[in-house]
Order: sequence, then C-alpha cells, then structure tokens
Amino acid sequence: MNIYVCTKQVPDTEAVLSIKDGKTINEENIKWIINPYDEYAIEEALQAKEKSGAESVTVITLGPQRTESSLRTGLAMGAQNAIHVETEEYIDHKTTAKALANAIKQDENFGIIFIGKQAIDDDSYQTHILLADYLGIPAATNVTAFSLEGDKVIVEREIDEGAKEKIEMAIPCVVGATKGLNTPRYASLMGIMKAKKVPIKKFTLQDLGIADSAAKIKPEKLYAPPEKPAGRVLEGEVEDTVKELAKLLKEEAKVL
Amino acid sequence: MSNLGIYIELKDGNFKKSNKETLSFAGKSGKDIYAVVFADDIGPYMDELKGVKKVIQVKGENLTYQPDAYADTMAKIIKDFDLEYFLGIFSAQARDLFPRITARTGNAGLINDCLEIDLENNLVIRPVYAGKLLCQYSIAEEVKILTLRPNVFPAAEGGSGDPEVTEFDLVKSEPKTKILEVIKSESKKIDLSEAEIIVSGGRGMKTKENFAILEEMAALLNAGVGASRAAVDSEYATYDMQVGQTGKVVNPKLYIACGISGAIQHLVGMKTSKVIVAINKDPEAPIFKKADYGIVADLFKAVPLLTEELKAVV
Repeated sequence: MNIYVCTKQVPDTEAVLSIKDGKTINEENIKWIINPYDEYAIEEALQAKEKSGAESVTVITLGPQRTESSLRTGLAMGAQNAIHVETEEYIDHKTTAKALANAIKQDENFGIIFIGKQAIDDDSYQTHILLADYLGIPAATNVTAFSLEGDKVIVEREIDEGAKEKIEMAIPCVVGATKGLNTPRYASLMGIMKAKKVPIKKFTLQDLGIADSAAKIKPEKLYAPPEKPAGRVLEGEVEDTVKELAKLLKEEAKVL
Repeated sequence: MSNLGIYIELKDGNFKKSNKETLSFAGKSGKDIYAVVFADDIGPYMDELKGVKKVIQVKGENLTYQPDAYADTMAKIIKDFDLEYFLGIFSAQARDLFPRITARTGNAGLINDCLEIDLENNLVIRPVYAGKLLCQYSIAEEVKILTLRPNVFPAAEGGSGDPEVTEFDLVKSEPKTKILEVIKSESKKIDLSEAEIIVSGGRGMKTKENFAILEEMAALLNAGVGASRAAVDSEYATYDMQVGQTGKVVNPKLYIACGISGAIQHLVGMKTSKVIVAINKDPEAPIFKKADYGIVADLFKAVPLLTEELKAVV
C-alpha cells in the first residue's frame, strides 16, 4: 500500500491581506505555509506508514510553481515521494478534486489518503469529500483520532456540540484531518537537505485527462468587509462598569 | 420557473431552528419550493413548512443519518423533481453530506457558507480567509447547491398554505462507512456555530478549572462557551470550543470575550458577532478595538460580578 497526502499552500494565518485587481489577493510579501489542517494529515500519514508497514508516503499538491516549496516541506518532514499538479489558472473545487483523484489513481496500489478537512484560504470545505466520491471510496471528515485495525481504518470524528462519531472504513479511504489528531513534527535539518534532492513528479491538468478546466464556480469580486466603528471602554470601578454593561446590553444593544 | 429544494435538517427528531432561515429566504424567491424531510412521521413539522409547494417525505427502514444513503436519495430527488437549486444550513452534517450530493448529482456545483444569495444572477457572497475578506462568486452549474451560514439570513414567520406531501423511498445504498459508536460529550454543549450568545475565554483564564465562571454565566444566558487558540493550546479548553481561523467561525448576537487579547487568528472567527463585549485587564489589548463595550478589569473579579448583574436583567 502507498499512502497519499493532499496539501494546499495558503497564506500564513497572521498574514495581512490586500487585494489586487479586485479579484485576487496581492501575493507580494505573503508568507506561504502548508494549510495547517494538511500538516495534521502529513503527520498522521507518516505515523500510519510506520504502523502499517506501507511502502511509501507521497505528498501531492495542485497549484502554481510556488507551491513546490510546500512539497519540499512535506518531503523534509519524512514523505518519500512528491507529485505536483502544476497549473497557473484558477480552477474550481470539482476540477481540483478530479485532478487529484486522477493523479492518485495512476497508482494501483494507493491506500489511505490523508487531507485537511478544509483549506484556510477559501474555506470551501468540500474538496476532500469530492475526491473520495470521485474515487468511489469512503471518507470521514473532521477526524480527531485515527487507528489501523487489520485492513480497516477506525476514526473518530467530531460532529455537533462536542459529540463524536466512531467510524470504520475499508482501505482505500479518505481521512479529513482536523486539529487534535496529532502534533505535527518539524522537519529536521537532515530532512530538509535530503528533500532537496528528491525528484518531483509533474503533471499538467491535460496529463490527468482534464480537458475542460474552465471554472464553473469562480470569484468575481474580492473585498474587505466593512470595519466596525470602535466601541467604547466603560470607565469607572468594576462594580459600576458591570452594572452599566448589563444595562447597556439589555436596553441599548437589546441582545438579552 | 425553476424549482428550489431545501434539505430540512432534523436533530434528534427535532426541527432545527436554522431551517427557518433557509425557508424564509426561499419563500421570498418566488420559486416553487420542495422541502425534503427524512422522517416516518411528518406531522410534527408541517406547521413549520407552510408556504412550501411540496414536502418530499423520505421513508425507509432506517432513517438514521448515513451519508451514502442520504446523498444518493438527495441526488435522485434533485433529478426526479428537476430541482435547479438545492439549499441547506451550513451545519456539521451538511459539511459531510453536501459535497457527496454534489458529486453524485453530476451536473451540480456547491458553494458553502453563503452570506448573501442572488438567485436571479446566480451570485453569492461568502467569507474567505476566515472572514478577513469577502468574495462574490458566480455559479454556472446546471444545479446550484448552496449552504447558508446560520444566524445570517432573517427567519421570518412561516408562509401560508398547506403543502402537498409526496412520499419518497430512501435509496438503499451500500454504506461505505460503518458508524460504530456515537460518543456524546459529557455536558450538553451548545453548538457554537449556531449559538445566539457565546461566552469565551482566553489565556487570561489561567486554568481549565477557571472556565467554571464562564460556564456559570453561559448557563444563565443559555450561551455556548468558546475559547481562543491560546486557551486550547494551553489545554484550558477543548478544540471543539476553539473560535478563530483554525477553529470555528461564529456569529452570535452577543460575544463576551474574557481574558482574550485579540490575535488576528481569533478576531476573524468572531468579529461578525452583532455585539462584542471584551473583559481584559490590559487596556492595550487589540480586542478592545473590535469590542462594542469594553471593561478594563481583572476578569476573575468582573465576570462573577457581571453574572450577578445579568441575573437581574434576563
């Protein structure tokens, strides 16, 4: 079995974003990171390889040339192979999921696919499940615990209100990782050196049989939400300010 | 005229309040509305479904949520009833279910977490980068599947006129996943993404035990209890409580931030709350720039006092 991890490169959570041409973010001065949920996916994949005796972990990403650096990070953390589906154009999530599915399908021996439950850039929350459906395999989203039992996978996933669901899936399957699953390792210096020499397998969308990549869902306008005017800090002794606050919430803000 | 379907989400057999928001929005569209309910007995929900053209009652041996059977059934309903639009609430279940409906419908596309929807021009507005920015998307798919962010669309009183009811057989799909167990959380928690009031704690809470003072206030206000990433990383709170870019994005009518400094990662997760209250001993904390009302004080003093004062007004 070969294990796969899908990753997306996204702006750092601390990044201050500005808009270019009204449709995209200004990429200058952006610090790019691996989507944090995908980091949990990489870590779990590396652990699963050790436990299952799987042959390899392959990191895969789709995006422009710059996204290659996130593959190098995945390799430095411990993955053996990397695949880059390189495209400069904006494609929608269905096409992304199809391209990832077609890239993974080229390996008859693919097993568990780990992927973040969402990417923190467009937060669209669908690619991992679309991917599983296109491959015709089971998927669990929002996974906080993972274990292997024979040829099956057992996961715990968070549902509403802090409740959890324990699910069994046959392999191959898709695991949508979230925070709580593990603590991702840092790449070692040796890992970083080694990762530089690993050849990255490249595909274009055409290579993967995607003839029509025109986005059917696409961004038309990107803008900053209106800022709230600054509020007020209540002055005085705490005994008085809490009294005033309770009154304001009831009578002025009318939220109680 | 095109047809619009709505997935009516039930929680332990109860009609979820956010369904009203979807129904109210759909009611104003002038389209024929088809409401899909998975239930043996439709009676308890009929009052809420007034104004809908048709209620599609899905029946089967086992109606417990299972993603494959639900998605296959819904994809079949979309085809059989020629639905051009299909709407639902952006809930935990929808995150699991709606992408599967989309993949299985084929000529469909999904946009989650919509804040505004323009059905005439097939445009929606939704938050990106956890709400740091907003984006208008166009959708050119034949079937448009959209989920609405809870607490954004106004919930009006139901329409008038009794709908006709059509029974529909649950598609018997081979389940790809097997649910072994549902582990309920120890306390009955309020779902933060749908909560009307949230009381939240940050690093300033200092210990897990100290969250008890927030829980006390929350119980009084029927509120959910949230936390910042710093509090979760320090293990004062669990991840399902985390509000922020790598946690839940919430928009209650009242958000009370206690001992939270207001890192951007947290702010983007709660800044659309209608009213924000900040309690923090550091007057320079960035949270005060986002707060409608601020109190500069030791939270261990201010929070219990505020709870006492609130008892008098709620």
